Amino acid sequence: MAEALLTVEDLRVGFETDDGRVQAVDGVSFELREGEVLAIVGESGSGKSVTAQTIMGLTRSPNAAFEGRIGFEGEDLLNASQEQLRRVRGNEIAMIFQDPMTSLHPVYKLGWQIAEQIQAHEQVSKADARERATELLRRVGIPSPESRIDNYPHEFSGGMRQRAMIAMALANSPRILIADEPTTALDVTIQAQIISLIGDLRSELGSVILITHDLGVVAEIADRVLVMYGGMVVEQGTLEELFYNPQHPYTWGLLGSLARVDGVKPRRLPSIAGAPPSLIAPPKGCRFRTRCPHEFDRCAELPPLAARAGGTQIDRCWLSPQEKAAKRAVEGRIGLEATA
Amino acid sequence: MSEAADTDALVEVDHLKQYFPIKSGLLIDREVARVHAVDDVTFSLRRGETFGVVGESGCGKSTLSRCLLRLLDPTAGTVRFEGRDITTLSRAQLRPLRSEMQMIFQDPYASLNPRKRVGQIVGDPIKLHGGAKGGEGSVKTRVQTLLERVGLQAEHYNRFPHEFSGGQRQRIGIARALALEPKLIVADEPVSALDVSVQAQIVNLLDDLQDDFGLTYVFVAHDLGVVRHVSDRVAVMYLGKVVEVSPAEELYTKPVHPYTAALLSAIPIPDPRENRARRRVVLQGDVPSPIDPPPACRFHTRCPFATEVCSTVEPPLVDYGGGHLVACHHPQNVSEQEIRAATVAPESPVSAGDLLPEPRGDSARAAAQSSS
Repeated sequence: MAEALLTVEDLRVGFETDDGRVQAVDGVSFELREGEVLAIVGESGSGKSVTAQTIMGLTRSPNAAFEGRIGFEGEDLLNASQEQLRRVRGNEIAMIFQDPMTSLHPVYKLGWQIAEQIQAHEQVSKADARERATELLRRVGIPSPESRIDNYPHEFSGGMRQRAMIAMALANSPRILIADEPTTALDVTIQAQIISLIGDLRSELGSVILITHDLGVVAEIADRVLVMYGGMVVEQGTLEELFYNPQHPYTWGLLGSLARVDGVKPRRLPSIAGAPPSLIAPPKGCRFRTRCPHEFDRCAELPPLAARAGGTQIDRCWLSPQEKAAKRAVEGRIGLEATA
Repeated sequence: MSEAADTDALVEVDHLKQYFPIKSGLLIDREVARVHAVDDVTFSLRRGETFGVVGESGCGKSTLSRCLLRLLDPTAGTVRFEGRDITTLSRAQLRPLRSEMQMIFQDPYASLNPRKRVGQIVGDPIKLHGGAKGGEGSVKTRVQTLLERVGLQAEHYNRFPHEFSGGQRQRIGIARALALEPKLIVADEPVSALDVSVQAQIVNLLDDLQDDFGLTYVFVAHDLGVVRHVSDRVAVMYLGKVVEVSPAEELYTKPVHPYTAALLSAIPIPDPRENRARRRVVLQGDVPSPIDPPPACRFHTRCPFATEVCSTVEPPLVDYGGGHLVACHHPQNVSEQEIRAATVAPESPVSAGDLLPEPRGDSARAAAQSSS
């Protein structure tokens, strides 16, 4: 097994608000191994983005409270100084964001923005940095980069801007790339281009943490998957384990409720009743029990993350693997019952 | 088919065009260019069917849906609702028709007035259209019945929109659209702002309501999976043109236009093994600007099958039988026989020629056509 590059241990992130404390991340632990693509999947409010942003030190604010540890190269990023973080950000760990329209500075030329980042971490001349920026733009598939380097962000389309963001993230050959919903804002044909670009660059990207709600994208590029719900990890496993033998009813529900373009069309889409829980007053016990059709008395107690199905898979559900297998098939698909 | 002979049609759209002028100049607005948002689109909606419209951003699908409800004034062409041309009606003449056609919007946060209570949001259309004859109490009862029908509770009558989640807000939007017992509901990306698990709830709800109230839906979306699930027929749009119309299942199993095939292939399938097994077509480049769209076939700049003819002659919408219409010189997934039997459909744009696709390998006919 490859070595762990990044370890997140029992991470808790809470934000004080007028309505009370929002526990956005509530005890998340995982490790990122050398060279793998780890997908973190969940719906809005599941804590997936806060987890990623906390690794980069982007959630620090007067109303935020942190617990746990984020280990990277012998350092604890959670308690690192701003100086330490500045050395790591962009250089060792880079991030690309969902919306390429707002993540570039509108009044600086694109090439300048990339060169600035190279110069922030390495002693190189202006001309060399510019040369490298041109080369990066070429690598991510921007046509005629020599002239495009002097364009402003508004002169690029959404897909091209996302390519530029990837070029910028690659600029200092980081060991970890965190991609937060990198394709969500893009049209499907452009999304396919970006996914295939990420695939082509995998050897250069090091390890990737991919944050997404789209299980199709996950199936395409991830090695391992973490499913989050209500600030907690509810299931974790390899791509194969998670898609073909999902253990948590929430994962079944997610897989089942997708309207797919292939295969037999179900008479009715299996759906998950209700809405995601409030993070100010989450349900006691299992977070999913208020929406779970298979809830029973034991669910009032929070199930620990444990290996129940064998393999590398761990999940937070009291049911035995046999009970789960019997309950999860709906119309030949994996999912919850089709309820209104 | 677009003629009045089709009595089953609820809405008939005939050579509809919607251009938006781009103006420039300090004192006098001079029109310098036009955005060709919808460019000669013809189709009809049958009663009780769900007509899906898909395409990427900027393809004109939202503009088309707004034209259907006469929320825009089309540049040319007509939209007939139950046989009556609504493109020339005045506001006053339109008013009674408004209750027959309603819209469900994409963003459940922006489409509900935050200062009004749910009871007002759903009840006001009823009062405005003279449904309050039985007094305030009868409106309230009606709204509460509607709320329960869409999966909310009667007690929600006095709440404000901010007290609800995204999925519940979309239910309020649906209740409002149903309040006037319309015949037609145009839903513009009704589930794309919602989480996956909630999307399925709303899709199922729309499905049930259609059965109960005999509604006709126009379902506009960029998510081909959702469109497949709800639609009976699907139209694919690219840069203001309809490039393919087909019965829903056939579109997904037998895409004929290369753009449709590319769109389907671009969607990652949530099944790792199947994903690895299939061959993907990745389209190069971006969608061109609708201000100055490519001549002839608008897709030729990105099409892997494009030849000379695609950049010189606009392909007509060709009927391959069973209501499957495609505008392409190089149709995919069709047999020689199907190509030979194909005819130009009456829905074809005026600007398109009547050049039918050549059966592959039939050089004699190709030569005959190029010389004529």
